[in-house]
Amino acid sequence: MNWLNALSLWIVPMLLLTVIVHAALKKIPAYDSFVEGGKDGFQLAVSLIPYLVGMMVAISVFRESGAMELLLDAVEPVLVLIGVPADIVPLALIRPISGTGALGMMSDLIAEHGPDSFIGRLASTMQGSTDTTLYVLTIYFGAAGIKSIGDALKVGLFADAVGVAASIIIVTLLFL
Amino acid sequence: MVHYIWMFLLGVGIITAMFNGRMEEVSEAIFSGAEEAVALCFGLISVMVFWLGIMNIAKTSGLLDIFTKGLRPAAVRLFPEIPPDHPAMGYILSNITANLMGLGNAATPMGIKAVKEMKKLNDDKDEASRSMITLMALNTASLTLVPTTVIAIRMNYGSAAPAEIVGTTIIATACSTAAALCIDRFFYYRRLRKRKGYT
Repeated sequence: MNWLNALSLWIVPMLLLTVIVHAALKKIPAYDSFVEGGKDGFQLAVSLIPYLVGMMVAISVFRESGAMELLLDAVEPVLVLIGVPADIVPLALIRPISGTGALGMMSDLIAEHGPDSFIGRLASTMQGSTDTTLYVLTIYFGAAGIKSIGDALKVGLFADAVGVAASIIIVTLLFL
Repeated sequence: MVHYIWMFLLGVGIITAMFNGRMEEVSEAIFSGAEEAVALCFGLISVMVFWLGIMNIAKTSGLLDIFTKGLRPAAVRLFPEIPPDHPAMGYILSNITANLMGLGNAATPMGIKAVKEMKKLNDDKDEASRSMITLMALNTASLTLVPTTVIAIRMNYGSAAPAEIVGTTIIATACSTAAALCIDRFFYYRRLRKRKGYT
Protein backbone atom coordinates (compact mmCIF):
# COMPACT_ATOMS: atom_id res chain seq x y z
CA MET A 1 0.00 0.00 0.00
CA ASN A 2 2.90 2.26 0.71
CA TRP A 3 4.11 2.07 -2.85
CA LEU A 4 0.71 3.22 -4.10
CA ASN A 5 0.72 6.07 -1.68
CA ALA A 6 4.23 6.98 -2.77
CA LEU A 7 3.20 6.70 -6.39
CA SER A 8 0.46 9.24 -6.00
CA LEU A 9 2.85 11.64 -4.27
CA TRP A 10 5.62 11.15 -6.81
CA ILE A 11 3.72 11.07 -10.04
CA VAL A 12 3.27 14.80 -10.66
CA PRO A 13 6.81 15.91 -9.69
CA MET A 14 8.30 13.05 -11.72
CA LEU A 15 6.15 13.97 -14.70
CA LEU A 16 7.31 17.55 -14.38
CA LEU A 17 10.95 16.45 -14.17
CA THR A 18 10.59 14.29 -17.27
CA VAL A 19 9.08 17.16 -19.23
CA ILE A 20 11.82 19.58 -18.17
CA VAL A 21 14.67 17.15 -18.83
CA HIS A 22 13.28 16.29 -22.24
CA ALA A 23 12.87 19.97 -23.09
CA ALA A 24 16.47 20.58 -22.02
CA LEU A 25 17.71 17.73 -24.19
CA LYS A 26 15.79 19.09 -27.16
CA LYS A 27 16.97 22.63 -26.38
CA ILE A 28 13.42 23.99 -26.09
CA PRO A 29 12.90 27.32 -24.28
CA ALA A 30 10.78 25.59 -21.63
CA TYR A 31 9.75 28.63 -19.63
CA ASP A 32 8.55 30.59 -22.66
CA SER A 33 6.70 27.52 -23.83
CA PHE A 34 5.05 27.10 -20.42
CA VAL A 35 3.87 30.71 -20.34
CA GLU A 36 2.61 30.51 -23.90
CA GLY A 37 0.60 27.37 -23.17
CA GLY A 38 -0.71 28.55 -19.81
CA LYS A 39 -2.14 31.78 -21.19
CA ASP A 40 -5.41 30.14 -22.16
CA GLY A 41 -5.93 28.64 -18.73
CA PHE A 42 -7.34 31.72 -17.05
CA GLN A 43 -9.78 32.47 -19.83
CA LEU A 44 -10.86 28.87 -19.91
CA ALA A 45 -11.54 28.65 -16.18
CA VAL A 46 -13.37 31.98 -16.05
CA SER A 47 -15.53 31.09 -19.04
CA LEU A 48 -16.86 28.16 -17.03
CA ILE A 49 -18.32 30.32 -14.27
CA PRO A 50 -21.85 30.85 -15.67
CA TYR A 51 -22.25 27.18 -16.54
CA LEU A 52 -21.13 25.94 -13.16
CA VAL A 53 -23.07 28.57 -11.22
CA GLY A 54 -26.24 27.58 -13.06
CA MET A 55 -25.74 23.88 -12.51
CA MET A 56 -24.58 24.01 -8.92
CA VAL A 57 -27.37 26.36 -7.83
CA ALA A 58 -29.92 23.98 -9.33
CA ILE A 59 -28.33 20.98 -7.63
CA SER A 60 -28.14 22.60 -4.21
CA VAL A 61 -31.74 23.85 -4.46
CA PHE A 62 -32.82 20.34 -5.36
CA ARG A 63 -30.90 18.86 -2.47
CA GLU A 64 -31.79 21.39 0.23
CA SER A 65 -35.49 21.43 -0.62
CA GLY A 66 -35.78 17.78 0.29
CA ALA A 67 -36.73 16.88 -3.27
CA MET A 68 -33.66 14.72 -3.59
CA GLU A 69 -34.64 12.69 -0.56
CA LEU A 70 -38.13 12.20 -1.96
CA LEU A 71 -36.67 11.01 -5.24
CA LEU A 72 -34.32 8.63 -3.46
CA ASP A 73 -37.16 7.24 -1.36
CA ALA A 74 -39.22 6.68 -4.49
CA VAL A 75 -36.49 4.94 -6.47
CA GLU A 76 -34.97 2.94 -3.64
CA PRO A 77 -37.52 0.08 -3.52
CA VAL A 78 -37.11 -0.48 -7.25
CA LEU A 79 -33.35 -0.69 -7.04
CA VAL A 80 -33.47 -2.88 -3.94
CA LEU A 81 -35.79 -5.18 -5.84
CA ILE A 82 -33.21 -5.74 -8.58
CA GLY A 83 -30.53 -6.50 -6.00
CA VAL A 84 -28.84 -3.20 -5.18
CA PRO A 85 -27.96 -3.09 -1.46
CA ALA A 86 -30.21 -0.47 0.20
CA ASP A 87 -27.30 1.38 1.83
CA ILE A 88 -25.64 2.02 -1.48
CA VAL A 89 -28.70 3.31 -3.38
CA PRO A 90 -28.28 7.02 -2.51
CA LEU A 91 -24.63 6.95 -3.56
CA ALA A 92 -25.46 5.25 -6.85
CA LEU A 93 -28.06 7.90 -7.63
CA ILE A 94 -26.01 10.92 -6.56
CA ARG A 95 -22.83 9.85 -8.33
CA PRO A 96 -23.76 11.17 -11.82
CA ILE A 97 -25.21 14.43 -10.46
CA SER A 98 -22.85 15.78 -7.85
CA GLY A 99 -19.20 14.88 -7.39
CA THR A 100 -18.75 16.51 -3.99
CA GLY A 101 -22.08 15.08 -2.85
CA ALA A 102 -20.99 11.59 -3.82
CA LEU A 103 -17.61 12.01 -2.17
CA GLY A 104 -19.27 13.07 1.08
CA MET A 105 -21.70 10.20 0.90
CA MET A 106 -18.93 7.70 0.25
CA SER A 107 -16.99 8.99 3.26
CA ASP A 108 -20.12 8.66 5.41
CA LEU A 109 -20.67 5.09 4.27
CA ILE A 110 -17.05 4.19 4.96
CA ALA A 111 -17.18 5.85 8.37
CA GLU A 112 -20.40 4.03 9.24
CA HIS A 113 -19.65 0.56 7.93
CA GLY A 114 -15.85 0.55 8.00
CA PRO A 115 -13.59 0.67 4.94
CA ASP A 116 -13.12 -3.09 4.84
CA SER A 117 -16.80 -4.03 5.06
CA PHE A 118 -18.80 -5.09 2.03
CA ILE A 119 -20.55 -1.72 1.84
CA GLY A 120 -17.27 0.13 2.36
CA ARG A 121 -15.58 -1.70 -0.48
CA LEU A 122 -18.59 -1.34 -2.72
CA ALA A 123 -18.82 2.40 -2.07
CA SER A 124 -15.10 2.80 -2.79
CA THR A 125 -15.30 0.87 -6.03
CA MET A 126 -18.36 2.77 -7.16
CA GLN A 127 -16.81 6.12 -6.39
CA GLY A 128 -13.64 5.25 -8.28
CA SER A 129 -15.24 3.71 -11.31
CA THR A 130 -17.44 6.48 -12.69
CA ASP A 131 -17.17 10.22 -12.98
CA THR A 132 -19.77 12.91 -12.37
CA THR A 133 -21.51 12.89 -15.73
CA LEU A 134 -23.35 16.17 -15.27
CA TYR A 135 -20.13 17.96 -14.26
CA VAL A 136 -18.15 16.58 -17.20
CA LEU A 137 -20.89 17.60 -19.63
CA THR A 138 -21.27 21.06 -18.08
CA ILE A 139 -17.56 21.80 -18.12
CA TYR A 140 -16.48 20.33 -21.46
CA PHE A 141 -19.41 21.48 -23.54
CA GLY A 142 -19.78 24.75 -21.64
CA ALA A 143 -16.22 25.87 -22.27
CA ALA A 144 -16.41 25.02 -25.94
CA GLY A 145 -19.79 26.69 -26.39
CA ILE A 146 -21.66 23.59 -27.48
CA LYS A 147 -25.40 24.14 -27.08
CA SER A 148 -26.92 20.98 -28.41
CA ILE A 149 -25.32 18.01 -26.71
CA GLY A 150 -26.99 15.27 -28.73
CA ASP A 151 -26.89 11.86 -27.14
CA ALA A 152 -24.03 12.69 -24.76
CA LEU A 153 -26.16 12.71 -21.62
CA LYS A 154 -27.82 9.39 -22.41
CA VAL A 155 -24.44 7.82 -23.12
CA GLY A 156 -23.02 9.18 -19.87
CA LEU A 157 -25.91 8.03 -17.71
CA PHE A 158 -25.91 4.61 -19.31
CA ALA A 159 -22.21 4.29 -18.58
CA ASP A 160 -22.91 5.24 -14.95
CA ALA A 161 -25.60 2.59 -14.67
CA VAL A 162 -23.26 -0.05 -16.06
CA GLY A 163 -20.51 1.12 -13.72
CA VAL A 164 -22.82 0.73 -10.71
CA ALA A 165 -23.99 -2.69 -11.83
CA ALA A 166 -20.45 -3.84 -12.55
CA SER A 167 -19.23 -2.60 -9.16
CA ILE A 168 -21.93 -4.52 -7.33
CA ILE A 169 -21.33 -7.73 -9.27
CA ILE A 170 -17.54 -7.61 -8.99
CA VAL A 171 -17.38 -6.68 -5.32
CA THR A 172 -19.95 -9.38 -4.52
CA LEU A 173 -17.98 -12.00 -6.44
CA LEU A 174 -14.58 -11.05 -5.03
CA PHE A 175 -15.28 -10.12 -1.44
CA LEU A 176 -18.37 -12.01 -0.33
CA MET B 1 -31.57 17.79 -22.73
CA VAL B 2 -29.56 19.64 -20.10
CA HIS B 3 -32.20 22.39 -20.23
CA TYR B 4 -34.81 19.98 -19.02
CA ILE B 5 -32.67 18.62 -16.23
CA TRP B 6 -31.82 22.11 -15.11
CA MET B 7 -35.42 23.30 -15.12
CA PHE B 8 -36.49 20.07 -13.45
CA LEU B 9 -33.98 20.40 -10.61
CA LEU B 10 -34.87 24.04 -9.92
CA GLY B 11 -38.62 23.77 -10.49
CA VAL B 12 -39.18 20.59 -8.54
CA GLY B 13 -36.82 21.80 -5.81
CA ILE B 14 -38.66 25.07 -5.24
CA ILE B 15 -42.12 23.48 -5.41
CA THR B 16 -41.05 20.77 -2.95
CA ALA B 17 -39.77 23.44 -0.60
CA MET B 18 -43.18 25.14 -0.73
CA PHE B 19 -44.78 22.03 0.66
CA ASN B 20 -42.32 20.93 3.30
CA GLY B 21 -41.41 24.32 4.65
CA ARG B 22 -37.77 24.38 3.63
CA MET B 23 -37.87 27.70 1.83
CA GLU B 24 -35.25 29.17 4.12
CA GLU B 25 -32.78 26.38 3.34
CA VAL B 26 -33.53 26.75 -0.36
CA SER B 27 -32.96 30.47 -0.46
CA GLU B 28 -29.67 29.93 1.33
CA ALA B 29 -28.81 27.12 -1.07
CA ILE B 30 -29.18 29.40 -4.08
CA PHE B 31 -26.37 31.66 -2.99
CA SER B 32 -24.19 29.04 -1.39
CA GLY B 33 -24.42 27.02 -4.59
CA ALA B 34 -23.41 30.02 -6.67
CA GLU B 35 -20.54 30.78 -4.34
CA GLU B 36 -19.34 27.19 -4.42
CA ALA B 37 -19.36 27.22 -8.22
CA VAL B 38 -17.29 30.40 -8.44
CA ALA B 39 -14.85 29.04 -5.87
CA LEU B 40 -14.55 25.89 -7.96
CA CYS B 41 -13.81 27.91 -11.10
CA PHE B 42 -11.15 29.94 -9.33
CA GLY B 43 -9.63 26.73 -8.11
CA LEU B 44 -9.58 25.56 -11.70
CA ILE B 45 -7.57 28.59 -12.85
CA SER B 46 -4.36 27.41 -11.21
CA VAL B 47 -4.84 23.85 -12.39
CA MET B 48 -5.61 24.85 -15.96
CA VAL B 49 -2.78 27.34 -16.32
CA PHE B 50 -0.33 24.87 -14.86
CA TRP B 51 -1.31 21.81 -16.89
CA LEU B 52 -1.79 23.66 -20.16
CA GLY B 53 1.66 25.20 -19.67
CA ILE B 54 3.32 21.86 -18.98
CA MET B 55 1.40 20.31 -21.83
CA ASN B 56 2.71 22.97 -24.20
CA ILE B 57 6.32 22.21 -23.27
CA ALA B 58 5.72 18.50 -23.78
CA LYS B 59 4.10 19.21 -27.12
CA THR B 60 6.91 21.43 -28.40
CA SER B 61 9.65 19.08 -27.28
CA GLY B 62 7.94 16.08 -28.81
CA LEU B 63 7.63 14.26 -25.49
CA LEU B 64 3.86 14.14 -25.85
CA ASP B 65 4.15 12.06 -29.01
CA ILE B 66 6.37 9.56 -27.23
CA PHE B 67 4.00 9.44 -24.25
CA THR B 68 0.88 8.84 -26.26
CA LYS B 69 2.36 6.54 -28.88
CA GLY B 70 0.88 3.38 -27.38
CA LEU B 71 -2.62 4.80 -27.25
CA ARG B 72 -2.56 6.41 -30.66
CA PRO B 73 -3.71 3.43 -32.78
CA ALA B 74 -6.67 2.88 -30.45
CA ALA B 75 -7.57 6.56 -30.44
CA VAL B 76 -7.43 6.78 -34.22
CA ARG B 77 -9.98 4.00 -34.42
CA LEU B 78 -12.18 5.48 -31.71
CA PHE B 79 -12.17 8.88 -33.37
CA PRO B 80 -12.31 8.11 -37.09
CA GLU B 81 -13.42 11.63 -37.99
CA ILE B 82 -10.34 13.29 -36.59
CA PRO B 83 -7.23 13.35 -38.79
CA PRO B 84 -4.46 11.55 -36.86
CA ASP B 85 -2.16 14.58 -37.07
CA HIS B 86 -4.77 17.15 -36.03
CA PRO B 87 -4.10 18.97 -32.73
CA ALA B 88 -7.42 17.60 -31.43
CA MET B 89 -5.92 14.11 -31.46
CA GLY B 90 -3.02 15.27 -29.29
CA TYR B 91 -5.40 16.71 -26.72
CA ILE B 92 -7.58 13.62 -26.76
CA LEU B 93 -4.56 11.41 -26.17
CA SER B 94 -3.30 13.53 -23.30
CA ASN B 95 -6.81 13.61 -21.82
CA ILE B 96 -6.96 9.81 -21.85
CA THR B 97 -3.41 9.48 -20.51
CA ALA B 98 -4.09 11.90 -17.65
CA ASN B 99 -7.28 10.02 -16.76
CA LEU B 100 -5.45 6.70 -16.75
CA MET B 101 -2.83 8.07 -14.40
CA GLY B 102 -5.53 9.32 -12.06
CA LEU B 103 -4.66 12.97 -12.75
CA GLY B 104 -8.26 14.13 -13.01
CA ASN B 105 -7.39 17.80 -12.79
CA ALA B 106 -4.90 17.51 -15.63
CA ALA B 107 -7.45 15.68 -17.75
CA THR B 108 -9.99 18.50 -17.56
CA PRO B 109 -8.08 21.26 -19.42
CA MET B 110 -6.94 18.75 -22.06
CA GLY B 111 -10.51 17.59 -22.54
CA ILE B 112 -11.79 21.14 -22.95
CA LYS B 113 -9.05 21.92 -25.46
CA ALA B 114 -9.91 18.74 -27.35
CA VAL B 115 -13.60 19.69 -27.54
CA LYS B 116 -12.65 23.17 -28.78
CA GLU B 117 -10.49 21.70 -31.53
CA MET B 118 -13.25 19.26 -32.46
CA LYS B 119 -15.63 22.17 -32.74
CA LYS B 120 -13.34 23.72 -35.35
CA LEU B 121 -13.37 20.42 -37.24
CA ASN B 122 -17.16 20.48 -37.07
CA ASP B 123 -17.40 23.84 -38.91
CA ASP B 124 -17.85 25.70 -35.62
CA LYS B 125 -21.35 24.40 -35.20
CA ASP B 126 -22.75 24.62 -31.68
CA GLU B 127 -23.96 21.05 -31.64
CA ALA B 128 -22.00 18.09 -30.37
CA SER B 129 -20.20 16.08 -33.04
CA ARG B 130 -19.78 12.34 -33.00
CA SER B 131 -16.21 12.56 -31.72
CA MET B 132 -17.22 14.90 -28.90
CA ILE B 133 -19.79 12.41 -27.67
CA THR B 134 -17.20 9.64 -27.81
CA LEU B 135 -14.80 11.74 -25.75
CA MET B 136 -17.59 12.46 -23.25
CA ALA B 137 -18.32 8.76 -23.04
CA LEU B 138 -14.69 8.02 -22.21
CA ASN B 139 -14.58 10.76 -19.60
CA THR B 140 -17.85 10.07 -17.82
CA ALA B 141 -16.90 6.43 -17.57
CA SER B 142 -13.55 7.69 -16.25
CA LEU B 143 -11.06 5.04 -17.23
CA THR B 144 -8.80 5.17 -14.17
CA LEU B 145 -6.00 2.87 -13.13
CA VAL B 146 -5.33 4.34 -9.69
CA PRO B 147 -8.27 5.99 -7.88
CA THR B 148 -6.07 8.13 -5.63
CA THR B 149 -8.80 10.07 -3.78
CA VAL B 150 -10.66 6.94 -2.79
CA ILE B 151 -7.47 5.29 -1.54
CA ALA B 152 -6.66 8.36 0.54
CA ILE B 153 -10.13 8.35 2.15
CA ARG B 154 -9.92 4.63 2.92
CA MET B 155 -6.56 5.20 4.51
CA ASN B 156 -8.04 7.96 6.66
CA TYR B 157 -10.65 5.59 8.02
CA GLY B 158 -8.03 3.04 8.97
CA SER B 159 -8.50 0.46 6.27
CA ALA B 160 -6.29 -2.60 6.59
CA ALA B 161 -5.81 -2.59 2.84
CA PRO B 162 -6.69 0.80 1.37
CA ALA B 163 -5.65 -0.16 -2.15
CA GLU B 164 -7.47 -3.49 -2.31
CA ILE B 165 -10.24 -1.79 -4.28
CA VAL B 166 -7.86 -0.95 -7.15
CA GLY B 167 -8.58 -4.27 -8.83
CA THR B 168 -12.34 -4.07 -8.52
CA THR B 169 -12.28 -0.43 -9.64
CA ILE B 170 -10.28 -1.25 -12.77
CA ILE B 171 -12.70 -4.02 -13.71
CA ALA B 172 -15.76 -1.86 -13.02
CA THR B 173 -14.32 1.10 -14.88
CA ALA B 174 -13.37 -1.12 -17.82
CA CYS B 175 -16.97 -2.41 -17.95
CA SER B 176 -18.47 1.06 -17.86
CA THR B 177 -16.02 2.36 -20.46
CA ALA B 178 -16.73 -0.55 -22.78
CA ALA B 179 -20.46 -0.06 -22.28
CA ALA B 180 -20.14 3.68 -22.91
CA LEU B 181 -18.29 3.09 -26.17
CA CYS B 182 -20.83 0.51 -27.31
CA ILE B 183 -23.83 2.70 -26.55
CA ASP B 184 -22.04 5.65 -28.15
CA ARG B 185 -21.61 3.60 -31.33
CA PHE B 186 -25.19 2.42 -31.12
CA PHE B 187 -26.54 5.97 -30.87
CA TYR B 188 -24.27 7.09 -33.71
CA TYR B 189 -25.59 4.47 -36.11
CA ARG B 190 -29.13 5.19 -34.98
CA ARG B 191 -28.61 8.89 -35.80
CA LEU B 192 -27.23 7.91 -39.20
CA ARG B 193 -30.25 5.75 -39.93
CA LYS B 194 -32.64 8.49 -38.85
CA ARG B 195 -30.91 11.03 -41.04
CA LYS B 196 -31.13 8.69 -44.00
CA GLY B 197 -34.80 8.20 -43.32
CA TYR B 198 -35.46 11.91 -43.71
CA THR B 199 -33.70 12.40 -47.04
